[in-house]
Amino acid sequence: MCSTCGCSNTDKITYTKPGDKVMVETLNHHHEHEHEHGHHHGHHNHHHHNHAHSHDHHHHSIIELEQDILMHNNLIAERVKGYLAAKNIFAMNLVSSPGSGKTSILERTLKDLKDEIKFYVIEGDQQTMQDANRIDAVGIPVIQINTGKACHLDSEMIFKALENLQPEENSVLMIENVGNLVCPAGFYLGEDKRVVIISTTEGDDKPLKYPDMFESADICLINKIDLLPYVPFDIEKVKEYAGRINPNMQFFEVSALTGEGMNHWYDWLKKQLKK
Amino acid sequence: MHELSIAMSIVKAAEESARKNNASKIKKIHLLIGSMAGIELDALEFVWPMATKNTMLECANKIFEIVPATAKCLECNHEFELNNRFDPCPNCGSYFKEYKTGKELKIKYLEIEKN
Repeated sequence: MCSTCGCSNTDKITYTKPGDKVMVETLNHHHEHEHEHGHHHGHHNHHHHNHAHSHDHHHHSIIELEQDILMHNNLIAERVKGYLAAKNIFAMNLVSSPGSGKTSILERTLKDLKDEIKFYVIEGDQQTMQDANRIDAVGIPVIQINTGKACHLDSEMIFKALENLQPEENSVLMIENVGNLVCPAGFYLGEDKRVVIISTTEGDDKPLKYPDMFESADICLINKIDLLPYVPFDIEKVKEYAGRINPNMQFFEVSALTGEGMNHWYDWLKKQLKK
Repeated sequence: MHELSIAMSIVKAAEESARKNNASKIKKIHLLIGSMAGIELDALEFVWPMATKNTMLECANKIFEIVPATAKCLECNHEFELNNRFDPCPNCGSYFKEYKTGKELKIKYLEIEKN
């Protein structure tokens, strides 16, 4: 279990579309019964491509593995990426602290661009249908993943959500990750671009405090710029700090509330689709 | 604080390999953890007993080997060690770099006991 937030992967993960009566329930970890300890968890049906070899020392042996611990997540993420690429679906993974305005940016973007671009949304939260209902109200197909206590989305959740969502070709998939600036950083979901959102009501030293996330993101949206006159937030400082971690980072200053600056973000998004 | 997921991935990968090699027991597991891999060692230590309970790793000795981070500057090709992600190249001051080591999150080896 997670040392601070109590994350536990053994909790039930649910996938629900707004209006669904029956929750689609799956366990993240299948039970396996083929050997004597019935309570081992794990997907033992996946063949990993590790080339293990062993050296016998009587009945003890060393298995040299050099195996990536996140290989399972990365393999599934590549499957997701392949599926999306084949359907020409551009996918973005939106990450941030809770309260930076991920859902508001998403809502505004969907409202403003839905006549030009076909969107699909995967919402990730520990609990509730709140976010999916907000997206549903805009008229965009959405599925809500409730991770239970888990603090991030993983590629397997995206894979299952996509099976359910059935996105059409030539569309854009927006994945709103669980609000958390730490854990989602290490879990590749098969996205084309990762977008980190920071708002002016947060500390401008966040890139230095949470470098993993800023390093792994391609785009940084600085939200709530309408509040700049009232908060001690230095935009140039944020850019400078984030640039130290990730010199390739591209920034957009926006207000999801007033719409200020959103056009630049939209232009960037449309440009990605033409590539 | 995703260390529980990480610990469970370790358990899954280790048990899979152990079974493939007809192991009855895992005696020891040696992990390579890069200093820039985004893993909090204390948190991993904390979740370890919970993640390994009733698994083949429950009684295994564990070695967490920290791999220091090194990078190559993409401007001047200088190779250097770094303590923070935001450390610039000590030679030319550039922040453009490519990690050589420090991102590892790997099982190096398992020591098993056979049936």
